[in-house]
Amino acid sequence: MSLNQKRRVFLKGSLAAGTLGAAVGLLTPGAVLAAWNKNAFTSKNIDEAIAGVVGNPVTTPSKDITIKAPDIAENGAVVPVSVSTNMDGVESITLLVEKNASPLAAVFHLPKGSLPDVSTRVKMGKTSDVIAVVKANGKLFSARKGVKVTIGGCGG
Amino acid sequence: MAKTIKIRAKAKNGVTTVKALITHPMETGLRKNKKTGEMIPANFIQEVVCKHNGKEVINCEWGGAVSKNPYLAFKFKGGNKDDTIELAWKDNQGNGDSLSAKIR
Repeated sequence: MSLNQKRRVFLKGSLAAGTLGAAVGLLTPGAVLAAWNKNAFTSKNIDEAIAGVVGNPVTTPSKDITIKAPDIAENGAVVPVSVSTNMDGVESITLLVEKNASPLAAVFHLPKGSLPDVSTRVKMGKTSDVIAVVKANGKLFSARKGVKVTIGGCGG
Repeated sequence: MAKTIKIRAKAKNGVTTVKALITHPMETGLRKNKKTGEMIPANFIQEVVCKHNGKEVINCEWGGAVSKNPYLAFKFKGGNKDDTIELAWKDNQGNGDSLSAKIR
């Protein structure tokens, strides 16, 4: 094989690798990003934030929603929160921290087949209630739990 | 991009539990740099999508209130050992990463 031929083979190989890389990159949720709910996430008002996500600020308090969060969080920058429910047909779970500058923390959209049981960690500026809003079969339910914060997580 | 995602998925009794950690600063844009007094620009993950065998199993929208180096755990029905799980994130500055792994 001449040097030139080897070069061809090499180019072919790297080209194939490049295409593969691009295919993996396709998964990045670029198309969905346009839907990121800027108004709701920057809203300072809790009702507006809830309405911005689920369309309606009126929710029914429910005992079927379990919020697992510490009673006292030593470090407000990292507060582990789990939300689960035994309801059927849950479409989304929205997590809010009542007294944060922007209360909306996270929205989890659950397609059919995914269980309504999500965990994450949030920042809390000060002692406040954590609110979970569950959308199930088009209806809105909510639950709240107080978390006492000894060191805030939103200051400098 | 450097590896930013750690993911573990385990199938048990027909339910798959996925746990993921993402390395990310999650700046809200509200903090000041103490030395210079300048605001630190917002840099947080806005979108996280996870797919099982190409089908979406969770789609998250996050704000700056999610902690630094975010943790995410969720469950979905179905999923077998050696199935493919893919997770991808994107932040407000347009950066992102994705990783695929096998269910254990």
